[in-house]
Amino acid sequence: MTMNVDVAVIGGGPAGLAAALECRKNGIENILIIERDKQLGGILNQCIHPGFGLHVFGEELTGPEYAQRYINMLAETDIKTLTDTMVLSLSPDKVIRAVNSELGIVEISAKAVILSMGCRERTRGMLRISGTRPSGIYTAGTAQRLVNIEGYMPGKNVVILGSGDIGLIMARRMTLEGAKVKGVYEIMPKSGGLRRNIVQCLDDFGIPLHLSKTAVEIHGRERVEGITVASVDENLAPIAGTEEYIECDTVLLSVGLIPENEVSRSAGIEIDPKTRGPVNNGNFSTSVPGVFACGNVLKVYDLVDNVTKDSVLAGKAAADYIKNN
Amino acid sequence: MQTTKVTCVICPVGCEIEVDHELVNGVETVKEVRNNKCPRGLKYASAEVVNPERVLTSTVRINGGEFARIPVKSEKPVPKSSLFECMKQIRQITVTSPVKMGDVIIPNVAGTGINIIATHNG
Repeated sequence: MTMNVDVAVIGGGPAGLAAALECRKNGIENILIIERDKQLGGILNQCIHPGFGLHVFGEELTGPEYAQRYINMLAETDIKTLTDTMVLSLSPDKVIRAVNSELGIVEISAKAVILSMGCRERTRGMLRISGTRPSGIYTAGTAQRLVNIEGYMPGKNVVILGSGDIGLIMARRMTLEGAKVKGVYEIMPKSGGLRRNIVQCLDDFGIPLHLSKTAVEIHGRERVEGITVASVDENLAPIAGTEEYIECDTVLLSVGLIPENEVSRSAGIEIDPKTRGPVNNGNFSTSVPGVFACGNVLKVYDLVDNVTKDSVLAGKAAADYIKNN
Repeated sequence: MQTTKVTCVICPVGCEIEVDHELVNGVETVKEVRNNKCPRGLKYASAEVVNPERVLTSTVRINGGEFARIPVKSEKPVPKSSLFECMKQIRQITVTSPVKMGDVIIPNVAGTGINIIATHNG
């Protein structure tokens, strides 16, 4: 099957939704959002905690509320969506190859493309922790999806590696659902998360935060049985003799995010080695004419409100490009 | 007179607020609040000493929805001491699709006088 559109938006999270709506506002008629999940809204849907929307909506919302408001705005337009659809590649002449179980392979030719695929989490492989490879090791965001959307508890006795905000949020969430969170271990001398999250996610529940400590080995054959942690020196290298064994059945990793740019690379788009997102050639344009990028695929943001603000500008830029070409 | 240090959780700034308070006729009473950068901090830090409260967010089981759970929150902050009581009740609930954002899922959760509402359609 083939389709022709004015603007194709890859990724229906907060960035893609804001950009698509802005294109429509600027008179672009034939807009398609392609989303790999079954629903729009992206990672906001699993971020059930409050703290979103203070700048964009002037009130504090949870992630799903922020997403639902944009989904409602979208429903009042004629913007088309393809959910449950995975984009496989993008060519430099702006042809998208996507696949879903209903239509099979779909080829979408677009006058302009907006990349808004978001980011993904760093994994155990990137940390080079030695030991066995049992089940029970999750990124914090995967655990968040399991608990908040799919309704599964990843484990009962939890150690969290890294003190990024998602890890702190999950420490509270797992505790409220009845798990024992034994501690959060951060290799740096200071937490990577917001102070308020340390207070309301850890201090409120008596969960200890251990700084300048990291995992050196994971134990267990079928399932995680424990983890060995050690203090680190100023070069972040583990100090011999400081090892400590902690019994647990689950390890959550909250150790950073990386923009997800496989599709961008397939179009030959130049990637900035620092941000790991497309090089921003001004106004959210990439090195391929007519392809724009916004949100966490461009660089990792702290606040969804800022993603929305920048994505509006990217949507406007894509609309202007179509009018001028 | 006692001074308690409170880290404000209302916004990402995270003010380190000092609260002077003492028992007056058996009631914890706030005397002075310092180092807050906004009025919301004053309110939060005072409550934190007298009766700490938190907005509770969680999920409940849903039948017939796209996914297994639907996200919910307490419409207003609930007493911190009642969080686990509220969770007990939230865990027992199953709702049936369709549910709309804002629908009351549990009225007066754990006797707090506060409703648990849906935060997404499902």
